[in-house]
Amino acid sequence: MTNVRVAGVGLTHFGRHPERTSRDLFAEAGLAALDDAGVERGDVDGVYYGNFMGALAEHQGHQGPLAAEALGVDAPATRYESACASSGVALRQAVRDVRNGEEDVLVVGGAERMNNLETAESTEALAIAADELYEVRAGVTFPGAYAMMANAYFAEFGGTHEDLAHIAVKNHANAVGNDHAQYQREITVEDVLESPPVAEPLNLYDACPVTDGASAVVLVSEDYADDHGLDAPVAVTGTGQGGDKMALQDRDDMATSPAATKAAEEAYADADVTAADVDVAEVHDCFTVAEVLAVESLGLFETGEGIGAAREGTTTRDGDVPVNLSGGLKAKGHPVGATGTSQIAELTSLLRGDHHNSEYVADADVAVAHNAGGTVASAVVHVLEVAE
Amino acid sequence: MTDASVRNAGYDDFIDALADSEGYYLECENGHGSLPPRRVCPHCGSRELVETALSEVGEIDSYTVVHVAAPSFADDAPYAVAVADFGGVRLTGQIQSDLDAVENGRTVAAHVGESETTGDRLLTFELR
Repeated sequence: MTNVRVAGVGLTHFGRHPERTSRDLFAEAGLAALDDAGVERGDVDGVYYGNFMGALAEHQGHQGPLAAEALGVDAPATRYESACASSGVALRQAVRDVRNGEEDVLVVGGAERMNNLETAESTEALAIAADELYEVRAGVTFPGAYAMMANAYFAEFGGTHEDLAHIAVKNHANAVGNDHAQYQREITVEDVLESPPVAEPLNLYDACPVTDGASAVVLVSEDYADDHGLDAPVAVTGTGQGGDKMALQDRDDMATSPAATKAAEEAYADADVTAADVDVAEVHDCFTVAEVLAVESLGLFETGEGIGAAREGTTTRDGDVPVNLSGGLKAKGHPVGATGTSQIAELTSLLRGDHHNSEYVADADVAVAHNAGGTVASAVVHVLEVAE
Repeated sequence: MTDASVRNAGYDDFIDALADSEGYYLECENGHGSLPPRRVCPHCGSRELVETALSEVGEIDSYTVVHVAAPSFADDAPYAVAVADFGGVRLTGQIQSDLDAVENGRTVAAHVGESETTGDRLLTFELR
């Protein structure tokens, strides 16, 4: 088994770009990643591409080959779809294929175009990540499903909307200075609590925005990096994936995310680290409550204790374990199919020391990425480490 | 687009039965409940599924009041959706009135109602 290095990363601006096609968004991110890596396009063995709703938003299926040709790459290309975890699962497959010695150089990324739809249409498109027959037909929206999880969490473990608001405030503060972020401005707890209700107890400022954007990373085998003299100090040392029942009604508990717990345990064991070794994390905060479930599943907090993390300052940039130094999905934005590999791009920059928030994690060696699909019926976790 | 006149076998049979006040769920020999169409119990893989009568009432496990709806429910908002425990199985349903009275633990009965926006039928809960 060979080790896997992140040779390069690339991101577009995340925000409102309704006129830009996903193929163009991905071209910008993928070419940036290839340039960052210093890898020739002719060496690319494959393109693994995450996209969720292109069939609805752009009337475009079969996006894999479009993604490859957008980079000028003549190699097999496949689109991966696991809702909001689409590029996370693409990355997992790529890590395994490089490790197994099947491939030496892979471009992994994702893109999503969402703002060419009206808000109501994008709400409907996102809802297809839930169970159509038993959830969507009863009127469950995506925010509505997470709102039920928040209500269940409060009932089981306690906590308040104000606790959740601190997560949004923290992530907005982290996005200030991130040129890729949709919202580079600070907000207050009052802003969150006074914003319009979406699905009680969640308000507009508990939710990530609708975002257009793309991300990409170049994964290479350690041998390829050595042979070509690449500067690739960050390694992907652990990968894990978990699954759960699609509909909330079929789960034992709505106040936890066991699929992510399983993914984290597998990824930590794979990397031979524990939660206590984690210095910095990027987690899937599509709604404020999702960050609570994530940090608990990652073992950074005991079950029922993640709710106070942001308010108490443990996960702020000056805290013990900074979470979402990019701004997270909440402030950086959430172009659904691009989110998983954008987390890897952010963590790689943080560990390399070229991120706008690197000063807060100057001694960091171990980073973890948590990417979730639907109401965490899919979860994928990766461990990144400074290898040299 | 899908042809709305084509039924979803299993699901629409379940909704028909619920509309006739003869609701049921699928129960395996280990007592797990699920909703059709199923060929195995999603919890234990048992293939021995029988139709078991749905309890007349259930209890709300969690709920939310939806203010921002999808286009297909635009005229229905605000409304509540809840997951309720009916003993052997849990159902997800919409509560269309008396939203201030909705709370965890509240007793509900399951019915089939319709969307104000589209006229489509849907699983509803009546507060008891």
